[in-house]
Amino acid sequence: MSYTTRLLHGLALGLALTLPALAQVKAGQPFPALAGHALEGALPDVTGQVVLVDFWATWCAPCKASFPAYSELQREFAGRGFILLAVSIDKTAAPYDEFLQRFKPSFPTVRDGAQQLIAEVRAPAMPTSYLLDRKGVVRSVHSGFHGETTLKALREEITRLLEEKP
Amino acid sequence: MKTKLRLLLALAGFAALLTGCTTVQPWERATLADATMRPDRDPLHNAMFEHIYFSCEAATGGRGVGGSGCGCN
Repeated sequence: MSYTTRLLHGLALGLALTLPALAQVKAGQPFPALAGHALEGALPDVTGQVVLVDFWATWCAPCKASFPAYSELQREFAGRGFILLAVSIDKTAAPYDEFLQRFKPSFPTVRDGAQQLIAEVRAPAMPTSYLLDRKGVVRSVHSGFHGETTLKALREEITRLLEEKP
Repeated sequence: MKTKLRLLLALAGFAALLTGCTTVQPWERATLADATMRPDRDPLHNAMFEHIYFSCEAATGGRGVGGSGCGCN
């Protein structure tokens, strides 16, 4: 084997080892475990529940616009095995605390200040929400918040997932 | 030997060039989303800029409004 061939093989191997680490979490894949990512705040018990994990930030206008709608969604499906978990990716606590004090969401919120979870999930946009089935598998990914269109799709998907047998 | 050296140097050069490229991930855009990053954040400045622009260019409509170019605005 020539030197050039060996060099190219080495480069290909390096790329093959690196690229999976840069892959986004997509529908059909298991969502990373929430514990162990240094999330600040009380993590709810999501075992056996349909979960909507929403990544947001205080500097992201559509994220903030989604909060009233998501509160409504949480109220609508509360007590039926659904939980909405908002994960802020704000690096600093002050704007996050201030926003929560002002808005007081009806769903649990944690902060991924070290941006470990988001870096693993590699969300394609802000906000992005991941709908997980009872087994923790991603069933759909919603990139951005498009008002009633997003809500309608989420309502249908959540209803369908809640009807699935565990 | 010379070919190998050239190849290695070319690769090293290419790798060095790649370090200048980066993609700002969606979750890393807090600074870019700051209000101070918006060129149109000050309405007064916008109005003055548009007035100067229209006068200098002798044309209205440069910022999206159609019209003729009398240069009298």
